[in-house]
Formats: sequence, structure tokens, C-alpha cells
Amino acid sequence: MRSDIFFVICLVVGGAVFAAALALGNDYYFFAGYVVLQYVVLATAWNILGGYCGYVNFGSAAFFALGAYSTVALHRLHPMPIPVDVVFGGVVSGIVGFGMGYLTLRLRGAFFAIATLALAVVLQTLIVNWDYVGGSRGAYIVRPESIAPFGSYIKYLFLIMMLLAVGAITVARLIERSRLGYGFATIRDDELAAEASGVPTLRLKLIATTISGGLMGMAGAPFPYYIGFLQPTSAFGLEYAVNSIAMPLIGGTTGWVGPLIGAILLGSLQQIATVTISSAVNLLIVGFLLVGFVIAAPNGIIGLVRKYIRHKPVGPVGRRRVEADAPEPAP
Amino acid sequence: MIFSFDLLVNAIVSGILIGAFYAAVTAGITISFGILDIVNIAHPAFIILGSYIAYIINATFGLDPILTAIVAMPAFYVLGAGIYQIYYVSFEKRGQESMRGLAFFFGLLFITEVMLVLYFGVDYRYVEARYIGPTWHFAGLDIPLRILVPCLVSLLMIAVLQLLLTRSFVGRAIMAVAQDQLALKLMGVDPVRIKRIAFGISIATASLAGAFLIIIQPVEPSVGREYIGRVFAICVLGGMGSLPGTLIAAMLIGIFESLTATFYGPSWAPAVSFGFLLLTLAVRPAGLLGR
Amino acid sequence: MTVLLDVSNLNKRFGGFVALESISLSVQPGERVGLIGPNGSGKSTLVNCICGTLHNEAGSVHFDGHLLDGSTAHQRTRRGLARTFQLPRPFASLSLIDNLRIPLLYTVAARGGARRAAHDIEERCTDLLREVGLEGKARHLPRDLTQVEMRKLELARAMAAEPKLLIADESMAGLTHSEVEEILTLLNRLNGQGVTIILIEHIMRAVMSFSQRLVVLVSGRKIADGAPNEVVRDPEVERAYLGQ
Repeated sequence: MRSDIFFVICLVVGGAVFAAALALGNDYYFFAGYVVLQYVVLATAWNILGGYCGYVNFGSAAFFALGAYSTVALHRLHPMPIPVDVVFGGVVSGIVGFGMGYLTLRLRGAFFAIATLALAVVLQTLIVNWDYVGGSRGAYIVRPESIAPFGSYIKYLFLIMMLLAVGAITVARLIERSRLGYGFATIRDDELAAEASGVPTLRLKLIATTISGGLMGMAGAPFPYYIGFLQPTSAFGLEYAVNSIAMPLIGGTTGWVGPLIGAILLGSLQQIATVTISSAVNLLIVGFLLVGFVIAAPNGIIGLVRKYIRHKPVGPVGRRRVEADAPEPAP
Repeated sequence: MIFSFDLLVNAIVSGILIGAFYAAVTAGITISFGILDIVNIAHPAFIILGSYIAYIINATFGLDPILTAIVAMPAFYVLGAGIYQIYYVSFEKRGQESMRGLAFFFGLLFITEVMLVLYFGVDYRYVEARYIGPTWHFAGLDIPLRILVPCLVSLLMIAVLQLLLTRSFVGRAIMAVAQDQLALKLMGVDPVRIKRIAFGISIATASLAGAFLIIIQPVEPSVGREYIGRVFAICVLGGMGSLPGTLIAAMLIGIFESLTATFYGPSWAPAVSFGFLLLTLAVRPAGLLGR
Repeated sequence: MTVLLDVSNLNKRFGGFVALESISLSVQPGERVGLIGPNGSGKSTLVNCICGTLHNEAGSVHFDGHLLDGSTAHQRTRRGLARTFQLPRPFASLSLIDNLRIPLLYTVAARGGARRAAHDIEERCTDLLREVGLEGKARHLPRDLTQVEMRKLELARAMAAEPKLLIADESMAGLTHSEVEEILTLLNRLNGQGVTIILIEHIMRAVMSFSQRLVVLVSGRKIADGAPNEVVRDPEVERAYLGQ
């Protein structure tokens, strides 16, 4: 299926979801749906670097928060329509992703992962100290009551996030099927052999980090409008880091479907659970699910489904060098 | 920024003392990452766990935190050995330690922190002991005992570890397993068992390091995260698997952080270790085969 | 005749250990060179330095008139250098045909010329698989392959990069007599098509029958370089390697 047709189909599905939520008549569904869609973008973005290339990013919160705070910074300068914020947030995060990648991607994946962890802490320190965007006191963004022709503002935000989600999975799918996707897979499987086969690994990794970071920034850009009052603790929240990793790993990392499934399932579960149990217990469950799946079901839900359907053990996908069989005895 | 020689000297001395503590915190990583090549980013979480254990025992029974930590070390060792076994069976054996192994440790880090938040809340906790409070005035220097005591015990711990690694059979087997697993097997030693022991030791050090931490500063569950960048920066700067190197690197970073905090403000301290981390990573030889 | 590969005074150390000491070697286009030496003598290190996987401290490598130093491994592959790995390193999550697609997409395509249509690439991959006898397993994953099939895949992948020079690093280790013959036939056919080949092997019979010239590496130094019959009679070579 060509990508543009896929995009249109997704838009139609998205439109149907919107109509369904409208029919339910309660704005709550738009608030909850916004968060789930946001995770679709974050999980898909994470997976482009993590699942396709095999490079783990622990600092999703940093890129998300960068998007949110660039909106605040821009807003202080001169309030902009959200689509402009989204593009701006994407550009800022993309640049930071590129910069960090440039410094750390020549080395082993482990160093990149550690650097992303450290980045989140440092960025939070910087923002906390930056009064222009409110620092630790936080920043208010006044959200209009309503906006024509959508009605309540949250419906507008929901639609924007829906568009971003559709865009993200279209991009992920496009990459997967392109030459770029093949290149990413070789980086994940065996970077040395990839280089020897002519794959410009550094360049591809930088592309992945930039796209991944950029998409995360776009997901964060509308956040100040959603939440009304932005504080560093909420922007850099632990839930972003763990969910962007858990959702693709639980859903399945090899394609665009895994993160989508993971985000919808886990995201919805958490929305339901937050109402019934505390958010800390909520996160604890996600943590346990992450560890559990990574140990017992490395290919995620998609892997389990495949295994069940084909009754054939699916090998773990990841950086794995096939052990050569024992040599046959000489005659 | 008021520059005074006194301030400078105090900052440097303070940095050296904190550096010794940082070295104790990093010692576990030197073993698990520097020698065994296991990216245990959950290490700071175990340190915080150690801090909280010291806190409970201290708050309930009034026992000295360092003594508590020493008593707790065997339990931490068993925990470490158990975690390594899971890690080995699930990831190392399958060759997936890069992505999923990292996610596993991140999960552990996360679970530990959230459980501590659930159980203890986000308030800062601290311990009480006779050496917390008094400051030693000596030759124009102000040395708080609550920093000096952990510093001295840290140095002791590192010395003991270094002796263990270089003089004992187990210790030398640990150094060997990093270099040549096949040779070890041929000598009749099971590399997996050695790595399990090593990882157990690595987590056991977290118990002590946790006690040091809560003596030096009040602790709450998210404090561990600041240490991740610091710890790996020190390990890499110190030459990966070398405890003496770790000690020197730790003191270097301690001094720079102290100077930054004194002359620019304490909120910039995390940036120092991150800067060091990036610097050391950039300066390391490029290339996928080079370590 | 211009030299295809010119290695000049190559040095490589790992910490205090000298892996390669002043290695100089030149290979003519179309030549069949055998490279032998005991384990640990530096053969694979030499290959890694030539191909850019490792960086040499001193000396230089020229290929097809270009200086290779400073360029990355993938850039060298694009210039026409290809190699196999001692322990095969296939792309485990890709099917055999996709494994071959990679060099075509990234090396051959990068050399310029018209953009190949998808079905052209598919055809070329299938042809290559047929040449090595793996056509039947085109859609399989590498883990379904036997030892010898894996080595053939490794060779096919190197061939897919349409190299001018192929370095085959112990492609025959652990194979049976007939399997060794299969690989040799493949290499001879390749050479017949104009590809220069450096064969690194321990199987003397194969090396002797294949090579026009033999180079011997011992403890990081080149101790012999000449016609195979003469080299094997060299007393130093006998002492250092053959006598074992």
C-alpha cells in the first residue's frame, strides 16, 4: 500500500474516532484521548531510534519538555497558533537530538543511552534556572475557552494530536519500507558488518536521532495548552521516559504497529487506572510490565501473536550475531 | 563572585573529600561496567536503597548507618547475584544485552524509585550520628565531620576492593573474565559464576555507598538520578576498569563541582559531570572496535 | 600496470602490544594473493586496518590510486574494497535476499549511475544467491543456515558490493573437503570475472592451489612475499609457521 493512501486511511480512522468521542458527549474522552495519542507519537518516535536502530534513548522526557518549553518561550515573545508551535518545537528538539547524537553516536550504544539520561537531568536543571520560561515557579499559558468550529478547546487539541499521531505512524511506516529502513535494521543487527557493506552508519544514526527527537518535540509542543500551567516536574515527568520505552517494547519493536498497540493499550490502561488507583502505583505497574515483557516476551505483543499463529518459535529480534553451527565432521 | 583564597582552598579540599565519596559510589560501576561490561544504570537506585535501609534502622534503633550498611552487605550481594543471573539468562546468553538489557536495568531503576516513593514519600530523610554536625577546624580549613568520616571509610573500602581484585583468586578471576573467558573456562573456572560473584560485589558496595550518601546529605528517592551521569563520567574518565583511576577521576570531578558550586552556584553542579561525560566520550578513540 | 592496493609501512598497536609492525604490501589488479600465518600473527588486524574498521597509527593505505587513511569503512567499501569476516556476521533479522540487498542499495547505488529499479535489484540478488547455491533459501533468515551456507552468504554479500578487491578472511575454516572445493570454485570464478582476491586461510592445500603469490605474517611482521613454491621452502617460514 502506498504511503499516501495509508495516510488517508489513517485520517479517516482518526476522523471516525473523533466522531465517536463526539457522540459520547463528554469532554473527558478528549482529555484522555489526547494523552493516549500523545503517547502514540512518543512511542513511535522512540521506536524509530530504539526499535529500528537499536539505540536506546532514556531521555524522551527531555525532548518532550523541550517541545513544551519552546512553545512557552515562543508564546512569551508573541503568541502563535499551535501548528507553528508544533513545527518550532520539532525543529528545536530535532537540533538538540542531532547535536547530542553527533557527540555520542560514534561510540557504543551504551554511551549514547547514558548520555541521554544525563541530558534529561541537565536540561531540567537549565530550565529550572531559566526565569524567562518561569523556572521552577512554572508558566501559565492561557487556554481559550473555545475555538470555532470545534467547540471546546480540548477538541481542537485532540485533533492536532490525532494529526500528529497519524503523521508519526505514516513516517515510521515510510521509513520501514524504504532504503533507510533497511539501513537502520543493519545498524541494529551488526553495525560493523553494515559499515563493511557500505552503509554510512553515523549518518543514518544521526538521521534517526533527529527524526526521533523532532517528533518527540512536536508531541510536547501543544502540552502547555493542554495543561494550562507548565512546571518542570510535570514536563520532565518520569512517566514520559518509562512509557516511551515500555510501550514499544511491550507492543513490539520491529514495525510501526507495535508502538501503536503498546501506546493504545498501555495508555488507555493508565488513563483508567489513574481514576481508580494512584498514579504512582500506575507507573509501578508499567515498570513491572516493562521488565516482565523484556525478560519473557522480547518481541512484545506482536511477537506473541506471531508465535501463537504460526506455532513457530520466533527468534528474538535485536542485536544478535547468529552462533555458527558446529562444523560437520571431515570424511 | 567574591574571590578569596580561603574560599578557594576550602572548595578544593571539600572537592577532594567528596571525590573520595564519589569514588565509593562509582566503585560498583567500575566493576559492573568497567570490568564486566554490563551497563547497570540501576546502580544509583541500589545506592538510594542502601540509604533508606540505613535510615530506617537509624530512625528505629539508632544504630550507626555505616555499621548498618556493613551488616546489610551480604543481602545486597545476594540481590546482585540474583539480578545478574536473570540478566545473564535473559539477555547475555541471547546476545541482546544492548537494547533489552539496558531497558531491563532502566526498569529496575524505575521500579526501585517508584516503590521508595510509594513507601516513604518524597520528603527528604536524614540520619543522625555523633559525627554529623560537628565541624573540624584545622589550619584555616572547615571540614564537616559528616563529610570526612564517609570520605575516610570510602578510601578504606576502595583499598579493600583493590586488594581483593589484585591479590585474591576470585579477584584475579574477575579481572581475567573481562579479558579472556575462554582461557578461564579452560582453567576449569566457570565465567558465569565469576561474573555473578563480581556483580554481587558490585551491588554490595552500593549498600555502603548508600550509607555514605545519607550521612553527607538528606536523601529522597529521585536523588539517584543525579548520580547516573556522574558515575559513568567518573568510570570512563578513570579508564574504565581501574579502581585507582576511578579514585583520581572522582576527585577531579569532585574538585570541579565544588569550585563551580562555590563560585557559580550549586544548581549548576549536575552540568559539570555531564560536561565531563561528554568531554571524556568525545576524547575517547573513535571506532567500533576500540574500547 | 598500476597497483590496486598499496599498503605502506602499516603499524598498529593495542596499548603496549604491537599487532602490526611496518607492514608493506602491494597487490596488482586481477592478482590472487594468499595471506598466511599462525593465529595471532595479525592477519585479521591487517584486514581491519585496510578496510577501515580499525585505525592504524602509522603508515598508509592506497587503493585504486586514492589514499584511504581518514576515510570510514563504508567509504572504502564504496571505493571497491570488500571483505568477509572470519566469523560470519550476517544481518540476523533480514532474509538472505535482503542481506544481499544492502550492499546493492548502499554501495553500488552510491557509486552513481542510474537509480536501479526495485525489480532489477531483486533480480541481481537472486542471481547472486543462485551463484552460491542458496537460491532455495532466499526468504529464510540466516539462523536457518548451516555453517558452510553461512560462509557462502558472507561471500555473496561481499560480491553484491561489486568490489574490485575482495579479502576473504578464513572463509573455509571448519569446512569439509568438498565444501572447501565449492568455495574455491566460487573464488576462482570471481577472479575470472576480474575481481582481485586476497585469500586468508590456514588450509594450505587451498592456499597453494589458489594463490599466485604468497605472503606470510608472523607476530605482526611480514617475513615472506613471493611465489608460493619458493615461500614454502623458505626456512624462516618453515620454522615460524609450517613446522608447527
